[in-house]
Formats: sequence, structure tokens, C-alpha cells
Amino acid sequence: MEPYRKHESIAALMNRSNVDTDQIIPKQFLKRVERSGFGAHLFHDWRFNDDGSDNSEFELNKPVFKGAKILVVGDNFGCGSSREHAPWAIADYGFNTIISTSYADIFYNNCFKNGILPIKVNDQQLAALMAEISANEGVCFVVDLENQQVTTPAGNGFAFDIDPFRKGNLLSGLDDIGLTLKHVDEIGAYEEQHKKTFPWLWAQ
Amino acid sequence: MKKTMYEKIWDSHLVVEVDGQAPLIYVDRHLMHEVTSPQAFEGLRLANRKVRNPHSILATMDHCVPTKNRHLPIPDPIARKQVEVMAENCAENGLNLYDMKNPNNGVIHVVVPEHGFVHPGMVVVCGDSHTATHGAFGALAFGIGTSEVEHVMATQTLPQQKSKTMLVQVNGKLSKYSSAKDIALAIIGKIGTAGGTGHVIEYAGEAIKLLSMEGRMTLCNMAIEAGARAGLVAPDEKTYEYLKGKEFAPKGNQWDQALAYWQSLPSDEGAVFDSIITLDAADIAPQVSWGTSPEQVIGVDGCVPAPESFDNEGKRKACESALAYMGLTANTKMTDIPVDLVFIGSCTNGRIEDFRIAAEVTKGTKVAEGVKAIAVPGSYHVKHQAEDEGLDKIFIEAGWEWRDPGCSMCLAMNGDELTKGQRSASTSNRNFEGRQGKGGRTHLVSPAMAAAAAAAGHFVDIRTFG
Repeated sequence: MEPYRKHESIAALMNRSNVDTDQIIPKQFLKRVERSGFGAHLFHDWRFNDDGSDNSEFELNKPVFKGAKILVVGDNFGCGSSREHAPWAIADYGFNTIISTSYADIFYNNCFKNGILPIKVNDQQLAALMAEISANEGVCFVVDLENQQVTTPAGNGFAFDIDPFRKGNLLSGLDDIGLTLKHVDEIGAYEEQHKKTFPWLWAQ
Repeated sequence: MKKTMYEKIWDSHLVVEVDGQAPLIYVDRHLMHEVTSPQAFEGLRLANRKVRNPHSILATMDHCVPTKNRHLPIPDPIARKQVEVMAENCAENGLNLYDMKNPNNGVIHVVVPEHGFVHPGMVVVCGDSHTATHGAFGALAFGIGTSEVEHVMATQTLPQQKSKTMLVQVNGKLSKYSSAKDIALAIIGKIGTAGGTGHVIEYAGEAIKLLSMEGRMTLCNMAIEAGARAGLVAPDEKTYEYLKGKEFAPKGNQWDQALAYWQSLPSDEGAVFDSIITLDAADIAPQVSWGTSPEQVIGVDGCVPAPESFDNEGKRKACESALAYMGLTANTKMTDIPVDLVFIGSCTNGRIEDFRIAAEVTKGTKVAEGVKAIAVPGSYHVKHQAEDEGLDKIFIEAGWEWRDPGCSMCLAMNGDELTKGQRSASTSNRNFEGRQGKGGRTHLVSPAMAAAAAAAGHFVDIRTFG
């Protein structure tokens, strides 16, 4: 995983709430057995017309948002299915930061496994960021994970909270499994105790 | 200290707490299907890691499998490859797989309870958000992403933050024609699809006690649609009766030992929940969703709401775009909405009880002209049991298609789908845009309501049907 530090990027706006993972990556693309290549299908049903051409009405197809790494979206982003294909598609498309008031739990967890920083803001902060982008499409924000700070040209910047463990993993690009396996002795000890307490779970 | 059931399960599964890190939680059972596992196996291979406890895993193929002409190769080559890769991965790692041709095959969340693989007090995960289903047994069961699937295979643990707790108390008795599905939809209608975010819901109250195990599974299945991490129902005599004698249920002395533990699990009297929601079961009419989110739902005796009836701007906007997508006009009576396709099945409503109720409504009717109706049992066991009871004949005589098991039209990955503009009455769990096919319009209902809609060609109030 690429370490996440500080970067400046175009912020793209999608003013929609309850965007579900079926929209982020529709089911017809879930049959692949690889982790890569999902970006081409991100938001497929909104992004493309029936004939496969780009839907010019869709926000992210605006040329000013090309190359954006920051996605600013409405409440409860990523609800529905647990498919990790959703953050895979988002990361593969080029986003590494999402800003919203709230996320569905599973999606939120999945972001951190894929080098995506999901930032939580309050309603007023989100409204201000959305207004700033609407008034100046193509505007760039700076996201500084180390200092937990977002800055914007119009002064709508803010400090954000993030779990320190998750922050550390993003900064270092560390593999979760490797980290857990440092506790392999404790897992073994727990398991021995578990076999004594719940022997019926080990009978098969 | 007085504890909720969630806290009891959490405490007994805590492996290690390290400062500054999420606690590691032990996982007892890991369920798998073909869609969310291949990249996890690939990750294990690349890192030269092994599955820590193969016996904790039960796998099936359900999302991509055809529900007819099962003897032929899967026509879609990418789907075919996905099920082949699943078989290879399971064989390589010594995992128990119920493949497409196995008599135990079916939808993962229908198959697992049939074999008694989940017990009260367990921690259960699966790369599938509807894992919440197994909370019906008093197990802490939740969906995870593919990276976490890999994590659990390698370590038998997961780093987890403790959730908040929410008690959903459903008092009184349901009316004869309302079901667990209607309770689930009514709760989501009340608290919204983000209402349970960050929480584990415990369902309690007379109406929940009265539900069968199948009904409790339907209810917990949709906890995720309320945004919750998991749903729980306290185990009781019904739970023990259901489990007793099943393949993976404890046997002999171990049964008594397990039972004593299970009986200690229900939340202590006076345990504190972070929030409490109360509903009166008698007020829950048969529900129909009208929009593109499960919270956009109303009693069948109601009308499609108007955007201006919402006081929140976000909800007003969501209503406008839902009505446009669904091709509906505000203030239309729900019972005036016609349907093109009816689907009974899925991990929400694909169990024997669901087909019994639907068959009771269907008996002596004919599928309305121009309507296609498909019944997709949740597993081969459900299918064969229904056939033993003669239910298949009732459906077939009425003009329904009687299929092989699979997820089918719940998410339309296997070729069963709506075409653009087609409208369904569906017993599944999500009415998102495009969920059942691009441009398809989904209305979520109970099995009885779906069966009645198939016969009438439009939604009907099951309380006045027949």
C-alpha cells in the first residue's frame, strides 16, 4: 500500500446522499478474480450512456474534475453491500481522499485497507466545501494527514479527527495482517483457552 | 456490571488489547462465497500465508450461479471462472465447500443455519453484508471486506472497534398479515438507512419472541439496511429446538455444556443500551418500498409521498430523484402500482416458511397476464422440502417458474434480471438503482405481499386479498 502523507489536488463534487456500493461498482463487474482494473467501471451506470459513451450530465465527467484525488460527497456514503470492489474502484480511478459527513461502517473500514482516507466533517463544513467547489470548479484542496488538516483557497479549511492506529497505518502503508501476526502467541494462547471453554466448537 | 448480550460476546472474544490499536477479536466461524473471496486467497498466496483454522470455514457458491439449466456450463465465462477459482481455492486449502452440484448448495445465509454451523454466542464473519442474518441465533455476525476475509483466514482474528448498542423493542403482536419482513422495513422506515450506523442492534419485545427462527433471520438480515453492524435476538427455546440434531450442533454431553452457556447470553436485566427505539407491532401494516433506498417505504394502504412532505432538504431531494427513477407520481395509491415481475427468494426471504406463506396466498390463483413470477428457493434443502409438501405444484399451476437455488434476482449477477423500466415486487433486501438490472425498478415486500401482487398484477393489501 502506498503511504499517505500530504498532497494538493482538485476536489471533485458529487452532491448526492446515500450513494450505495451498487452505484459505486455495479454487480456485473464483481465477477473478476483480480483486485485491479475496477476504476474503469466506477459509477458505471451513472457515468456512461446505454451506448457506452460518457454521460455528460454526470458530475465526475466534467473536464474540470479530471485528475481529482479528493471526492466531496453527501451523507452516508458507501451504504449497502460489503463489496471491497467499491474502494478498489475508487482508488483505481485515482481518488485517495473522500470528504463526507458520514459513511457506512463496512465501507469506512474498507477504505483504510486500500490507502483511502475517508474524512468526516459536520453539516456546515460540508455545505461550505460544496459551495466553494460549486463556485470555483477545479479548485484544489490540500490534505495533510500528519497534521490532520485540510486547507482550501477560500478559507474553508478545518482540522479532522482520525483514529491514531488507522492514521499510523495510512502514513506507513503498513499491512494489517503483518501487524496482527506480531500477536500470534497471544492468539495461540487465546485459542488454547477457547478450546477448554467452548469444546463443542472444536468437536468437528 | 450488568451487560448487554453484545458486551458478553465481545468480552469473551477479546484476544488482545494493545495501546493505540484496535482490539483483536477472535472469529469462530467464517462463511464464504465466490464473489468476495478470490482476491483474499490471492493475497494469502502472494504473502505465503496459510489458512489458520480451515474447520472454521464453510463455503458455498450462490451469487453467480444459474437458477435453471444447472447441468450446463455457466454461459457467462467470467462467472464460470469465478466459481472454478472458488473450487480450486477451497480444494487447495482443505475447506468445506458446497459447490453448485452439491445437494447442500444454496445461498450462504440460508445454508449455514440449515446445518447448525452457527450457534449462540459465536463471532461469525463473511465477506457479505447480510451476514447479520445469523444474529437470529444470538451470534455476533457481521459483514467484512475482502482484505478482512484475508485477515481472518491468516489470523482467525480481526481488529475491531467496539460498537455502540441499540435496543429495538417491538411490543405487542403483529396482525395476521404482517411478517418479520414488515417489521424490518418499518424499523428502517423509522430510523433510516444510517439510523443504526456504528451500532449493534438487539431486537426484543413480544413480537420478536413470537417470531419463528426463519422470521428472526429475516429481521436480522436487514439490520445492515438500517446501517447497523449487526442485529441480535436473544436465544431461547426456539433457538435450541432449531439447532438440536443439526449436523454441526453440539452432541451428547457437549450439548448440555453449550446449552448452559447459551442460557447465560441474553442481556442482563437493567443492562444499559446507548439508544432505544420502540415500535408497536399492531401498528405495522404490510410494507411496500416506493423509492431507491430501503428507508423509502410505506404501509400498503398509503400513497407515494410527495417531495414537499419531507421537512429535510436532503430527503426532499432524495424523494424527487427516487420518484423520477421509479417512474412514480406523488400521491399515487400504492395499490394502483402495477408490477411486471415478481421474485420470491434471497437470503432475506428464501426459507421454507416464506414459500409456505406465499403458496397459501397463491393457491387457486393465476399469475396476472403480462406478469412473470419466479420462485427461487434459498437452498436445495428448501427446494426439496417445499416439493415434499407439494408447494412447487401450487406455484407451477398458478404460472410461476420454480427454480434452483441461488441469490438470483436479489442482485441480478447470474443473468436473472429486470430490463430497463421493468417493475418488480421482490422479497429481497435492496431497492437501490440498478440493483436488479440497469433501469429496473424494485419494490421490497414480504412473501405474502409478493404472491398477492403476482396474482393481481399490482400491489394489493394482503389484509383484504382473496
